[in-house]
Amino acid sequence: MEASVLPFTLPSLPEGWEAENSFKAIGKTTQGGTTQRTLEPVGPYFLAHARRARHKRTFSEDDRIQAQERAKKVEDNDDSEISEPEDPMMLQRDAKDWKTQDHYKVLGLSRYRWKATEEQIKRAHRKKVLKHHPDKKAAAGRADDDNFFKCIQKATEVLLDPVKRRQFDSVDEEADVEPPTKKQLAKGNYYKLWAHVFKSEARFSKVHPVPSFGDENSTKEEVENFYNFWYNFDSWRSFEYLDEDVPDDNENRDQKRHMERKNANARKKKKAEDNARLRKLLDDCSAGDERIKRFRQEANAAKNKKRLEREAAEKKAAEEARLKKEAEEKAAKEAEEKAKAEREASKKAKEAAKNAVKKNKRVLRGSVKDANYFVEGDASAATIDAVLGDVELIQGKIDADELAALAGKLNGLTVPDKIKGVWKSEVERLVAAGKLKEGEAKTLGA
Amino acid sequence: MADNGVKSGPEPSERTTIGITFGNSNSSIAHLVDDKAEVIANEDGDRQIPTILSYVDGDEYYGQQAKNFLVRNPKNTVAYFRDFLGKEFKSIDPTHNHASAHPQESGETVAFTIQDKEGEDAAPSTLSVSEVATRYLRRLVGSASEYLGKKVTSAVITVPTNFTDKQKAALIAAAAAADLEVLQLISEPVAAVLAYDGRAETKIEDKIVVVADLGGTRSDVTVLASRGGMYTILATAHDYEFAGFALDKVLMDHFAKEFMKKNSGASDPRENARSLAKLRLEAEATKRALSLGTNASFSVESLADGLDFASTINRLRYETIARTVFEGLNRLVGSAVKKAGLDVLDVDEVILSGGTSHTPRIAANLRYLFPQNTRILAPSTEPTAINPSELQARGAALQASLIQDYEAEDIDQSTHAAVTTVPHVTNAIGVISLNEAGEETFAPIVPPETAVPARRTVHLSAPNGGDVLVKVVEGNTHIKVTKPEPKAKENGDSKAAKVEDADDSDEDDSDFDDDEEEEEEKREKVWKIGSTLAEAAVKDVKKGGKVEVSITVNSDLSIIVTAREVGGKGGVRGTLTSA
Ligand SMILES: Nc1ncnc2c1ncn2[C@@H]1O[C@H](COP(=O)(O)OP(=O)(O)OP(=O)(O)O)[C@@H](O)[C@H]1O
Repeated sequence: MEASVLPFTLPSLPEGWEAENSFKAIGKTTQGGTTQRTLEPVGPYFLAHARRARHKRTFSEDDRIQAQERAKKVEDNDDSEISEPEDPMMLQRDAKDWKTQDHYKVLGLSRYRWKATEEQIKRAHRKKVLKHHPDKKAAAGRADDDNFFKCIQKATEVLLDPVKRRQFDSVDEEADVEPPTKKQLAKGNYYKLWAHVFKSEARFSKVHPVPSFGDENSTKEEVENFYNFWYNFDSWRSFEYLDEDVPDDNENRDQKRHMERKNANARKKKKAEDNARLRKLLDDCSAGDERIKRFRQEANAAKNKKRLEREAAEKKAAEEARLKKEAEEKAAKEAEEKAKAEREASKKAKEAAKNAVKKNKRVLRGSVKDANYFVEGDASAATIDAVLGDVELIQGKIDADELAALAGKLNGLTVPDKIKGVWKSEVERLVAAGKLKEGEAKTLGA
Repeated sequence: MADNGVKSGPEPSERTTIGITFGNSNSSIAHLVDDKAEVIANEDGDRQIPTILSYVDGDEYYGQQAKNFLVRNPKNTVAYFRDFLGKEFKSIDPTHNHASAHPQESGETVAFTIQDKEGEDAAPSTLSVSEVATRYLRRLVGSASEYLGKKVTSAVITVPTNFTDKQKAALIAAAAAADLEVLQLISEPVAAVLAYDGRAETKIEDKIVVVADLGGTRSDVTVLASRGGMYTILATAHDYEFAGFALDKVLMDHFAKEFMKKNSGASDPRENARSLAKLRLEAEATKRALSLGTNASFSVESLADGLDFASTINRLRYETIARTVFEGLNRLVGSAVKKAGLDVLDVDEVILSGGTSHTPRIAANLRYLFPQNTRILAPSTEPTAINPSELQARGAALQASLIQDYEAEDIDQSTHAAVTTVPHVTNAIGVISLNEAGEETFAPIVPPETAVPARRTVHLSAPNGGDVLVKVVEGNTHIKVTKPEPKAKENGDSKAAKVEDADDSDEDDSDFDDDEEEEEEKREKVWKIGSTLAEAAVKDVKKGGKVEVSITVNSDLSIIVTAREVGGKGGVRGTLTSA
């Protein structure tokens, strides 16, 4: 073949791509990546291939057999799958009663029924034709033996017409799988038994794929999906196959219309019954479905768990709040007590200070008395007043600490000069500090 | 074929060869004129020659003349016998022989008892099906020889894909008895493909082809991979219900009923053998007329009870009453594609072959079944289509001309299974390319189902030039389905609603169906990039340049890759050893 031009663009070489001779072998073709098939020995290109393949070589019969065995088969002449014994009663059937005949059985497809593919039906039909064709029977001396052949033709006509086949499949009781009995269920196998039922019911579904019944390991979602699907089942099942015959002639117009109405009502009724039947089936099935119970329990357990968790959390929060409150109360109380103690301590201190002040003042007054008011002999009342007045003046100018310091200096002094000296320096200090004017407290400062 | 115990044929240089298609309903002969295959008309002017022999007063008639005798001389007329060759009585279907000589058991084979000699009291002969075939082929070859002006010695004959070795051997023997050397038996659908590919204007390309061979008594669908001009059958489907005769029957029933309605009290023409034969011949003629025109007449003298009958039918009415058959054919084609493990999106070409393929409705239905870019090769859909009735004979003639110079021994060796059975790759092999959006996509070079060894060369563009990467990968396809937005369900989803609605659900259902048909899901074929096999660099490509990539897959699956700039010098070459 010459080069063909493809409408495709090649990517640019990635940065840093390096290879010896610009080629990198990377992978290998997929394992088992070929199928042995047979080329049709036809046309100029095959002949070219044959020339290359033979290339002065001849092949033996053995090569042929081996090569043929390797080649994948495309023709399947094997119809062994369609072989079931023919019921002698069935062979006696009258083709006129085709409505009541089991079309699958007639073609030997009892095992397949609605599952039979169109190809299987065709092959089954062919097999039956080869066997039962009336001309063959006539050749064998049995003339007019075409009743069963007509049954075969009718069966094929129905089954190869998708519309008619659905009508027949709708009422094919042989394909029905009865719901399991209590007794069967008692032996276990719940899932297998019901799965079987729904697999059979699924043949009527307009929607595909139909979710499978599953087993004890199915997830909640799968199970819910299944029941949702089936409680809303969209079925093509219909019941016209069971219609009563409508008279064909034009004479009986009214009767014809009457029959048609009757049939239409009967179809509706049967359809409603079928829907109810399916619903009952589902109710029965779900009632015994351990998975639903389990999911409910699990859901309940989950709900309970939530509640307990919530309660625990609440309790914990309350406890925490209580503890917090207690701690706060305790702290407040402690703070209050501390404040009280402090208040008392300060009161005491104040009192002590007051007492100390009193005491120091007494020391101050005592010192001047001990110094006999700085006079010789008995001091006059005026002198005493003047000295004590100055002591009073000074006391008024100094604070408690200065008072204590002054008292400390005076305490224990008995010599009048020393006492006087202390007072004098105190007066001088106060004058220097500007607290006392020059000349004030002259009894002490002189 | 040389060792079938048949006497050896003529020397290659002394051969005169033709192509023959030998059907249950019709046969044709074709030869090559200036490299073009042409179907030969016989002395009656027929190119589709009914596969029928009839004996009247010791005279032998064949083709259309014999077919006409089905009315007056059915017992001594043999028809629809090709499929009985090489078969036992218990495995034949005598359905179509009901209105002519009946097949009977005769030892290991099938035979017909007819009066083929002159004279009222001459003893009837019992002719084996092989003998009948020999006599018929002799007439066919006789017509060809007369036309060509020299004795035809050899032929390529087409056979169905499910013809067994025993049937093939019986046919070769029957031909030999008619002094005809069978150069080769080739499959009918492959002959049809070759007829198309053998046209000078056809470019050989890799494609998936479906051949729908719709004949009179059977329909055969074949899916094949055409790879580099070589053909591999991937799947076949056969059907004996939906074929030309079923369409005849639809018209026969239609007109029989109309006849009885028009002539109240008249008998059913289907109940009387002679009336039935007339009905059938005219129904077939009407059917053919409906392939060309939108109206056709139906007229039979003395159809039943001495009453003449004339009527017309339009194409629309015909298509309505024949719907079951048309739909069956569509499903048959669909099932064959599926059997091949393919999707309709994988199919590049549908060839309609066989007489029934003239029917416009069938082609129209297939046009609808396949995507728009699939070529539907039928007269009503493709102006350049070859006459479906001539495809097989033309293909056979082409093949005959290709091998007429071979020694019989050479032909046998070349068609040997050791030559024909070869590995075919499962995955495609190609390179990574960039689409408009700059995303990596797979560019197939060696498609799946290609026989190895195989070599393919392609040109890819490098619009920006510079250094480009040739990344060789495996690839395979899958079908991407985009579902339409789900529509809100009308029926309430609660359980209760369902039960209450049940009463009028019949009407609901039909509404629902219609709605659903409107919304179609979108299906497309997409390539998936598989494992990487190799990388190669082509450097300094000039702007807007092209790169030639060639991939050779050897029979051991080792791969040779070469890449170079088209018109440039140098290039890369690398080998990938097999696993
Ligand atoms: N123009 C046409 N329109 C419709 N049908 C046609 C036309 N021409 C031929 N046929 C029908 O095609 C059928 C014959 O097909 P063909 O010539 O391919 O025969 P065949 O290959 O021998 O068939 P088989 O082997 O299946 O019996 C007949 O049913 C015939 O009526």
